[in-house]
Amino acid sequence: MTTRYGPAAIWAVVVVVGAVTFAYRYSFIYLFGRIDAVPPNLKAALRFVPPAVLAALVLPSLVTVGPTPAATLTDDRLLAGVVAGVVAWHTENMLATIAVGMGALWTLRFLL
Amino acid sequence: MHPDFRNGVRAALPLLLGVVPFALVSGVAAVGAGLTLVEAMGLSVVVFAGASQLAVLELLGQNAPLAVVILTAAVINVRMVMYSASIAPYFRPLRRRWKVLLAYLLTDQAYALSIAEYARTDDTDRRWYYFGIAVTIWVVWQLATVAGIALGANVPDRWGLQFAVPLVFLTLLVMALKDRETVAAGVVGGGVAVAGAGLPLNLGLVVGALAGVATGVLVERRADR
Repeated sequence: MTTRYGPAAIWAVVVVVGAVTFAYRYSFIYLFGRIDAVPPNLKAALRFVPPAVLAALVLPSLVTVGPTPAATLTDDRLLAGVVAGVVAWHTENMLATIAVGMGALWTLRFLL
Repeated sequence: MHPDFRNGVRAALPLLLGVVPFALVSGVAAVGAGLTLVEAMGLSVVVFAGASQLAVLELLGQNAPLAVVILTAAVINVRMVMYSASIAPYFRPLRRRWKVLLAYLLTDQAYALSIAEYARTDDTDRRWYYFGIAVTIWVVWQLATVAGIALGANVPDRWGLQFAVPLVFLTLLVMALKDRETVAAGVVGGGVAVAGAGLPLNLGLVVGALAGVATGVLVERRADR
């Protein structure tokens, strides 16, 4: 999973993402007084960005559709992910989720 | 030292339990994606927004088109606009130099803690309290990222340390699922992304995210009627 991009491309990403992110952060702190608030429609949609994007990022790295349903459901990453998901749900604690998830993955991979 | 700066630092301490593992994971992920130490620290200092950094590293590792890498990070970070709008009135009297500095340091945690304190009392100095929180998070984030880079460079691949990346996203996802509408957005976003995982240009991620946001808006509109 090592990137084939060279330093120029990597630095371009760093600079552009950094500039966009700073523009977001500074936007209303700079503009305040000129506009009053975020338009309500935009605000309503922005609320769904975190759950939608995070789910779209996380599920494909836990679920790989395999040749059979059994192979799909017994993948060690999915099983470890389910265990970690339960911990995340109950604790909302990142450290606990990482610890239990990694422990589950190592148990499935090295001990069973 | 301003007493509210010290209060801010103290308020940030419990949060570090979340910040440290997150930063360690992003250091590990940077090594996994093949970034040099300087590139990895460049990303961490210039962008300073964990979830988007992890997404950038993940997508660079998959050799996704650069436009997709940038677009994904831009979508993940758009929530900062909301924080900026919400906290802006409190920073209004400050000089431009301070506004720029405080904006650069804006994070989920610094925003949430400061807004709660501002709502609680008018006596806390806005600037120094926020700055105490934000600068503490920044320093610890950078140090833990360096530690993560060292860790990633020294632990063998088959330990699967990279698996910590989806675990971080998973924690953030669970915290973002607050009601029926956000759950609908997550289920559709994730489902479409899995179904589209084989598509070129990481379209599965982009289409999944858009479908998820659209679903959330639609479910909410229907509920309002």
